[in-house]
Amino acid sequence: MSFIPGQPVTAVVQRIEIRKLRQGEHLILGFSIGGGIDQDPGQNPFSEDKADKGIYVTRVTPGGPAEVAGLMMGDKVMQVNGWDMTMVTHDQARKRLTKKNEEVVRLLVTRKSLEQAVRHSMM
Amino acid sequence: MTGLRERVKVDVGCEWNNQEGYGRAGYGVAHLKTKVSSHTPPASKIDSLRSKVELLRLPLALSSKSISHRKSQLGGAGEHGTGGGGAHRGKPRPPASDMDTESQYSGYSYKSSHSRSSRKHRERRDRHRSKSRDSSSRGDKSVTIQAPGEPLLDTESTRGDDRDDNWGETTTVVTGTSEHSVSNEDLTRVSKELEESFPLDCRRFLGPALAAGLGLFALVTPLAFLALPQLLWRESLDPCGTPCEGLYVSLAFKLLVLLISTWALFLRPPRATLPRFYVFRCLLLALVFLFVASYWLFYGVRVLEPRERDYRGIVGYAASLVDALLFIQYLALVLLEVRHLQPAFCLKVLRTTDGASRFYNVGHLSIQRAAVWVLDQYYSDFPVYNPALLNLPKSILSKKASGFKVYTLGEENNTNNSTGQSRAMIAAAARRRDNSHNEYYYEEAEMDRRVRKRKARLVVAVEEAFTHIKRLQDDEPAASSPKHPREVMDPREAAQAIFAPMARAMQKYLRTTRQQPYHSMESIINHLQFCITHNMTPKAFLERYLSPGPTLQYQRENSRGRQWTLVSDEPVTSALRQGLVFSLRRLDFALVVTVTPLPFLHLGEEFIDPKSHKFVMRLQSETSV
Repeated sequence: MSFIPGQPVTAVVQRIEIRKLRQGEHLILGFSIGGGIDQDPGQNPFSEDKADKGIYVTRVTPGGPAEVAGLMMGDKVMQVNGWDMTMVTHDQARKRLTKKNEEVVRLLVTRKSLEQAVRHSMM
Repeated sequence: MTGLRERVKVDVGCEWNNQEGYGRAGYGVAHLKTKVSSHTPPASKIDSLRSKVELLRLPLALSSKSISHRKSQLGGAGEHGTGGGGAHRGKPRPPASDMDTESQYSGYSYKSSHSRSSRKHRERRDRHRSKSRDSSSRGDKSVTIQAPGEPLLDTESTRGDDRDDNWGETTTVVTGTSEHSVSNEDLTRVSKELEESFPLDCRRFLGPALAAGLGLFALVTPLAFLALPQLLWRESLDPCGTPCEGLYVSLAFKLLVLLISTWALFLRPPRATLPRFYVFRCLLLALVFLFVASYWLFYGVRVLEPRERDYRGIVGYAASLVDALLFIQYLALVLLEVRHLQPAFCLKVLRTTDGASRFYNVGHLSIQRAAVWVLDQYYSDFPVYNPALLNLPKSILSKKASGFKVYTLGEENNTNNSTGQSRAMIAAAARRRDNSHNEYYYEEAEMDRRVRKRKARLVVAVEEAFTHIKRLQDDEPAASSPKHPREVMDPREAAQAIFAPMARAMQKYLRTTRQQPYHSMESIINHLQFCITHNMTPKAFLERYLSPGPTLQYQRENSRGRQWTLVSDEPVTSALRQGLVFSLRRLDFALVVTVTPLPFLHLGEEFIDPKSHKFVMRLQSETSV
């Protein structure tokens, strides 16, 4: 999950499709995010590189749509419906996820265990 | 006859040549005369030019001829003057070691830095420039603010002449130091005498004298109102007891207050003479006159004529006059002193020669009053104008000569050719690599370094010099042991004693910073004496020389004032308003004043509850989606 400045970011990602749940008049996804380019990256407990200002999943509500879709705590969200999430502010990320006219969000997330799994499978 | 001549020969031995002229009555004198006449053409041309120039100078001071008329008169003289001046080498400037100079261009002799052709070109340029700059030919109102009296060669002026800007170019003298220095001094002497003449001094006090007379008359009037009935028809007056006496008391006190406040407010020597009438003051004088005249009229018709018997009424009438005078004085106070205190405009004052500028806030004033106010501030705020610091070193500027020559190769139409030529030359000059900025930069750096070095030497010399003396304490015995006899000196002698070691460093420093016209040796010793008397440190002594002070510091104390000319498009009694520009011109520099109104301020209010100041740590924020 580290990057080399100037080079494209490469990561092993997992596609997760979450169907939003309607609760009253809100559509909820069932997880919490943290991070963003306007936030303090040193306080992120999930990132390896403490300068990483990406969006991370900090909490997953048990039984919610995110958990059902397979999202796990500590995942870094790379894309949401095709929109990049590696260089966004916290508020922009929230907005991209909570668009009212979208029922389904398709995320690309990455986590450490994915890379290890790929490495093991290649060996 | 011959006997006489021989007697002369015998008696007066060594002065034979001299007496020969006297002794030989007819022949010798005639001989001398012819000798003189053979030399007249060049000398008399200069003399006749000088006399012509002096004659023309006189009427200029008293009347205002049109500029073109004057120019046509002087144009001929100017050309001759150039030719005559070139022929006769003048005495060079006395060296600055005496440091006691009147005019300012001590390091800048006229002939030293410019060739004759560039000088001619400069004169032509000056003529054109002054023609366009001349106010009367353009129809601007050019009026003179005359702070009273004025010597021409004071420490501010650098040109020897005063009123006519055209004048300088026709005598071909820009400085006071040139081969024409003799004739220039003659001119200045003539105009100085003119200015010392009677009308100018008298005019300065005319206005205040008039006002004083009117005020006195107004003050005496109530007393006259009271006294006249008593004097004229005392018997037939109604007796008037206590009420009259009460009125007497109040009248007396009001008159006293009026007297004291008049003294405090108005009886001050005028600080400037304005070119036009001071509108408010004239208004007030007219008002006072009107009041007093109408009161006298009423008094004369209704009291003196029918011999009014009601004395109490008369006393009441006099008391009402005093009340009215007090109110007029209140009006005067407000109009003259108070109204302009609240700031309304921002004036930007810019000196044309070296760009020194200041901003001032003033209230509602007329242009001429604002000009006087600006000049007051000028004398204490602006650093003194030093013309020697203006010029770029000639090594930088002299590179302008183009190395290109343009040849025509047999073309017929000349007009096309000339413009083509000039365009080609301009284009070529633009393309050529111009390194003058480079040289300017290095020259500046070099100059700074030199000044700093000299300054360091000066500071060290002064510090060392100050360690040589110390103040004698009262309790110390004046004559201590015979081994160390100490002579007791007064400040002047002490100053002279310690001046010697620092004189050289001081002179070099002043010369480097081009300040030597402002500080003569005498003035330095005086300042040193002053500093020693007041127990100052070397740094305090040097404060005066290390930075150029305000102009007031260099003025000689004399009662004659400074002459400034106010140039403005609008009549000078009109009030200041936005976008007005006027300039205050002196002999060789001008102050351009621009008026902008101060912005209107919308002041709003916001209440912040002191309990609402709360802070949080900047954490990773978490949003649930």
